[in-house]
Amino acid sequence: MVTYNYMVVDITERRGTEPHTDLVFQALADATRRDIVRLTMHGEYSVSQLAKRYPMSFAAVQKHVAVLHRAQLISKERSGREQLVRGRPDVVRAAATLLDEFAALWRDRIDRFGEVLADEMKGTPKMKGTPK
Amino acid sequence: MTVTDVDVNRENKTLTVTAMFDASVERVWQLWADPRKLEQWWGPPTYPATMVEHDLSVGGRVRYFMTGPEGDKHHGWWRITSVEPPSRLEFEDGFGDADGNPNPEMPVTVARVAIEEAAGGGSLMTIESNFPTDEVMAQMVEMGMQEGITLAVGQMDALL
Repeated sequence: MVTYNYMVVDITERRGTEPHTDLVFQALADATRRDIVRLTMHGEYSVSQLAKRYPMSFAAVQKHVAVLHRAQLISKERSGREQLVRGRPDVVRAAATLLDEFAALWRDRIDRFGEVLADEMKGTPKMKGTPK
Repeated sequence: MTVTDVDVNRENKTLTVTAMFDASVERVWQLWADPRKLEQWWGPPTYPATMVEHDLSVGGRVRYFMTGPEGDKHHGWWRITSVEPPSRLEFEDGFGDADGNPNPEMPVTVARVAIEEAAGGGSLMTIESNFPTDEVMAQMVEMGMQEGITLAVGQMDALL
């Protein structure tokens, strides 16, 4: 298990490149947008190709793509008259991993917490008494 | 027996940990209040924590370092913002520089601990950890990135 402290070493050298996390989480909070990210992770899609997949207008899909783009979850590239959309696994992975790691860190801590308590109960003779 | 639930709320930027212990509130509190006991669980076995300073009064500090397998030291600190022994503790949880002083470049989270008597005996402990600012979240994402731990895209739904 990687420790949280261990994780942050040298972070200061990499500043200025971080995506705006709020935007990332907001963007991923919508099922259609998650689907677009998932899809474009495996290949490039034009906005009109994407629009055909969902029961909504081209404009609505375009809006979803814009939200994802703002969060840097996808990149857009112009190809003739079309915009090609491609997912950015690095950003998705970072957003998903982080809180998961943080949760794992606390889960491990609580496991140890329980072990320390259990050991105490086993190891402490009754006569020592506990303050109430 | 420990029943643990860890809930991540992305909207409120909160991590909530709930755990049940077959021990009195006072005993559970001692694992926070006694630095020798705190050392036994705060850091993982491969990065054991050593408490250098431990003052659980309002405004007080806890300073510690964790020692890695290579002898590498990672410093951390708390600043106590509220305390009601044996049931409540609130503190800022941050990182230190090489000398153990708070490092302003590093993210600070706020942790709220509540310990109460459970209905069926034992104690219920709740820890709420907040990421106070967008900047902190951004930094934390950056850190996650640095670890380079891969996660299947399919796992996204489970996380959201």
